[in-house]
Amino acid sequence: MPPPAKVLVRRHSAIVRVTHWTNVISLFFLLLSGLQIFNAHPALYFGQASTFGQPWFATGAYQGHDGRLHGVTMIGRQVFDTTGFLGASQEGRATVSRGFPAWLTIPSHRFLALGRRWHFFFAWVFALNLTLYLASALLNGHLRRDLAPTKSQLAPGHVLHEIWAHLRLKFPKGEEARRYNVLQKGAYLGVVVVLLPAMILSGMTMSPSLDAIFPFLVDLFGGRQSARSIHFITASLIVLFFLVHMVMVVLSGTWNNVRSMVTGRYAIEVEPPPAPALGDAP
Amino acid sequence: MTLPRRAWLKAAGASLAAAFLSGCDQITENPGVVKALSSAEVLNRRVQRLLGRSALAREFTRADITPNFKANGSTDPPDADYQALVAENFASWRLVVDGLVERPLSLSLDQIRALPARTQITRHDCVEGWSCIGEWTGARLGPLIDMAGLKPEAKHIVLHCADTLGDAKYYETLDVFDVHHPQTILAYAMNGAPLTVPHGAPLRLRAERYLGYKQAKYLMRLEAVAAFDHIGGGKGGYWEDQGYDRYGGI
Repeated sequence: MPPPAKVLVRRHSAIVRVTHWTNVISLFFLLLSGLQIFNAHPALYFGQASTFGQPWFATGAYQGHDGRLHGVTMIGRQVFDTTGFLGASQEGRATVSRGFPAWLTIPSHRFLALGRRWHFFFAWVFALNLTLYLASALLNGHLRRDLAPTKSQLAPGHVLHEIWAHLRLKFPKGEEARRYNVLQKGAYLGVVVVLLPAMILSGMTMSPSLDAIFPFLVDLFGGRQSARSIHFITASLIVLFFLVHMVMVVLSGTWNNVRSMVTGRYAIEVEPPPAPALGDAP
Repeated sequence: MTLPRRAWLKAAGASLAAAFLSGCDQITENPGVVKALSSAEVLNRRVQRLLGRSALAREFTRADITPNFKANGSTDPPDADYQALVAENFASWRLVVDGLVERPLSLSLDQIRALPARTQITRHDCVEGWSCIGEWTGARLGPLIDMAGLKPEAKHIVLHCADTLGDAKYYETLDVFDVHHPQTILAYAMNGAPLTVPHGAPLRLRAERYLGYKQAKYLMRLEAVAAFDHIGGGKGGYWEDQGYDRYGGI
């Protein structure tokens, strides 16, 4: 059988490519400076104000009988030993009490003021970039044409079929690879329409000045401390998306995917016409 | 054989990681980089003041008050002058209002209590991330400053405080922009009782649209100025001198 022919198709428009990489850069700095800011008070609450005795999530450190510092993480009523990662970790040569470890924060040591400078600078880059992306996606039809699932894609049988195919690492080929499959569409739409905007809005809700200007934001999230929790949860979901995204990029062809997001060209395999049957049939 | 090698690998890995992190920090803390990043502070201040000149911070009910409002920063100033004032229950304490004003003032606590007052139950947001709700009663700053009469060249009010934190006196700066905001008050009472020492007795600022570090405690003197680069570290506040943004609205 002759090998399937490869065709380069135009997959990503210039605006998608530019905003994608701007997003990567700003989310990188936002995450690491955000963890620095989290470390200033590594506890999360729901509601308008902090209920100091009862955070739903917190990290901390205690001195054990062995004289060493142990890190603990509390989620609800569950307490976990997370020494070395959360609560207590290495800073230089010493183990110190800190929320997230030095290699995950900007700067590496405790410096809230500088973490805020990095965070608010890239918050503007991120917000303007997302606005540009969403405005162009609405106007040029990208959202409707490429991301909105079609009626047939949404049929339960089709969705289950796609999940089963993904679990077996079988990805669409040929004509089907020209468009996103329903799981891709769901993931991308969820990120660009729900998670990323929620990140910006919950971040704005933590600003006392913006709360005075947009009081409905505080109601939307159920209070400033709820907004801080939702900011953290949403960031975690974006990290989860990133990890799955990386795995899928590698499994479905690293080079082809990276090229498509840099040059816009994506190779798909087109099945050749079926070869004539050989003469050994009965 | 394996153990020393493993230990060596671990040590090499750790020193590589440390070198990497200090390399990163050289970039993230580079003064030129920090200066460029700080342009976002100007943007935040300009946009937020454009959108909401006189927007009011949300006010809550007594039921929302946080039972144990956290006191942060100085909670018992070590300064001898201040301790002497505490000992005599602030009888000889005076608030000085001077600088670029037509009529400098020196006001006792009773005189301040007689000024137009406001009570507000608001959310206090610490830059660290936590929030507490409390009720504040105090003299509105606008009428008080009008008594002194600001000179046209005055741009900021420097709030000089009694407490030494670390090795510097605490101070803050408030823009003239915020002086007449209805929720900008000099509070002498919290949750219906006279202000306690941990919360800034006898008088503290409440400017509700800003973070906790702007709410200067232990007030001694309000100085109207055109510029603040000659005061403290020159950045417009105790925490500002340590690298925090002076705007403090986000």
